[in-house]
Amino acid sequence: MLIKIEDVTKTYSTRNGPIRALDPLSLDIKQNEFVSIVGPSGCGKSTLMMMLSGLVSHSTGRISIAGKPINGPYTDIGIVFQQDTLLEWRTVIRNVLLQAELRKLDMVKYTERARHLLEIVGLKDFENMYPHELSGGMRQRASICRALLHNPPLLLMDEPFGALDALTRDQLNVDLMRFWRESPTTVLFITHSVSEAVFLSDRVVIMSARPGRIEDVVDINLPRPRRLAIRETPQFLEYSRRIGRVFESSGILRED
Amino acid sequence: MTQAKELALPQMRATPSTWRRWLAQAETPYALISGLAFFLTWQVAVDAFDFPAYLLPSPLAVLKDLVLSWDLLLSETAVTLFEIVLGFIVSVAIAMPLAILFTYSRTFERLVYPIIVGTQTIPKVAVAPLFLVWFGFGLLPKIIIVTLITFFPIVINAVVGLKSLNMQTVYLAQSMGASPLQVFWRFRLPNALPSVFAGLKVAIVLAVIGAIVAEFVGADSGLGYLIIVAATDQNVTRQFSAILILSVAGILLFGLIGLLERQLLPWHSSVRRDALVDS
Ligand SMILES: Nc1ncnc2c1ncn2[C@@H]1O[C@H](COP(=O)(O)OP(=O)(O)OP(=O)(O)O)[C@@H](O)[C@H]1O
Ligand SMILES: [Mg+2]
Repeated sequence: MLIKIEDVTKTYSTRNGPIRALDPLSLDIKQNEFVSIVGPSGCGKSTLMMMLSGLVSHSTGRISIAGKPINGPYTDIGIVFQQDTLLEWRTVIRNVLLQAELRKLDMVKYTERARHLLEIVGLKDFENMYPHELSGGMRQRASICRALLHNPPLLLMDEPFGALDALTRDQLNVDLMRFWRESPTTVLFITHSVSEAVFLSDRVVIMSARPGRIEDVVDINLPRPRRLAIRETPQFLEYSRRIGRVFESSGILRED
Repeated sequence: MTQAKELALPQMRATPSTWRRWLAQAETPYALISGLAFFLTWQVAVDAFDFPAYLLPSPLAVLKDLVLSWDLLLSETAVTLFEIVLGFIVSVAIAMPLAILFTYSRTFERLVYPIIVGTQTIPKVAVAPLFLVWFGFGLLPKIIIVTLITFFPIVINAVVGLKSLNMQTVYLAQSMGASPLQVFWRFRLPNALPSVFAGLKVAIVLAVIGAIVAEFVGADSGLGYLIIVAATDQNVTRQFSAILILSVAGILLFGLIGLLERQLLPWHSSVRRDALVDS
């Protein structure tokens, strides 16, 4: 077992008193598993991810990665934050290479890899631009490249494709799938799109509204490699419907 | 793949014709035109209304003084310029470390900040005579006054800049295993530079004022001293020469900081030229 999350809760203390973001939550993630989290806005998805990375502390419970308890920033990791965090004073490629710089990796080798990744996400001609010269979606794509640069054994992605149009989103879904097949890694993927979650994942975790709990976990037994066309198959639609029914039965989604 | 690429491409700016771009980018031609117009109006006004030279000399008279006494003016300018630049450098050297301490230690900030604000409310002209008593006529009191007058905007702006690093960027750094020192050099400081430069620009203009104030109170050389002497001699033309040199020096120093800013921060929006052209 790679990741163990046991009875973890989170209470933020704010000016207006404590805010309970997560109720006790337990989840295990296997090595090289692709797990998606879906749930209503504000239910604590980002909080869960930040606690897993050790950047934000959990209030109670235990989190461990490969047997090691998480008590501070965990660095063997690649993170795509919900808001792209590009450094405005660095060009696109130097933003991506920041990862290699701080980890003291071979710059020549990783410059080549950075170029390759930028080409995959369609930013080949923009490597020498500054972030302010890019669109929101392009900025997010650059930060995805930065998270992937060092082939991290654990990849955390917080709504990485949220800012993209449907076409680019599909393309990047396909690219991410290919990347993940070629260099397997454990992925925790947060999204608002049920169909994106089903398409990408081995398992989809459905969370309830704040304070977040795990409402249900759905195993996705679709064959891999998956092509976009799989989204029209009855099995795929059945999975989407099942997740939708969980939202309805738990009151997350109400029609009247 | 191709799709993502095509979606990405039709985004960048349309290039305006070269001359339009040049006109929009270059400020010097405009400054020259308005400057020339200013002096022309001045000259015509003096000629037309026949102002006496002891009230308002014509620009041509000032120019004549500049040309004839260039060696004296140059050496006095060098003295004042040296005070300005040295005082400014001392100020930066004190203000930046202080700003860093403020950023990292809330306690230090609470202790020292009120003192700094307090000293700042005292007009420097009021304390300048004291410095004369304490430090004499030499370079030292001038440096101290220039430093005192420039130091506040540098500290304030640097603190604002250093504190403006958002939490998410700190998280990013930590997830890459950055040490606190690396967070400072690679994230916090570059992020603060636009704000730091805003402070430097204000400070360099104040430095000119500081140097002149210090020379007014007690000096035996420099442009401020020259103005005092010219005033007692009722040499209005000489006073205008000195003022003109001062304003040109101020503009050049300000421009120098701006140039440095553009070189160091090509990414920064306030120096982004295409933003001017496109809007
Ligand atoms: N730094 C913070 N301080 C105080 N409360 C916070 C903080 N961050 C999050 N919260 C609270 O915790 C709850 C969960 O926030 P979180 O960002 O994890 O939600 P989310 O599921 O990622 O939402 P979204 O889908 O909109 O991104 C929110 O209701 C919010 O009020
Ligand atoms: Mg979130």
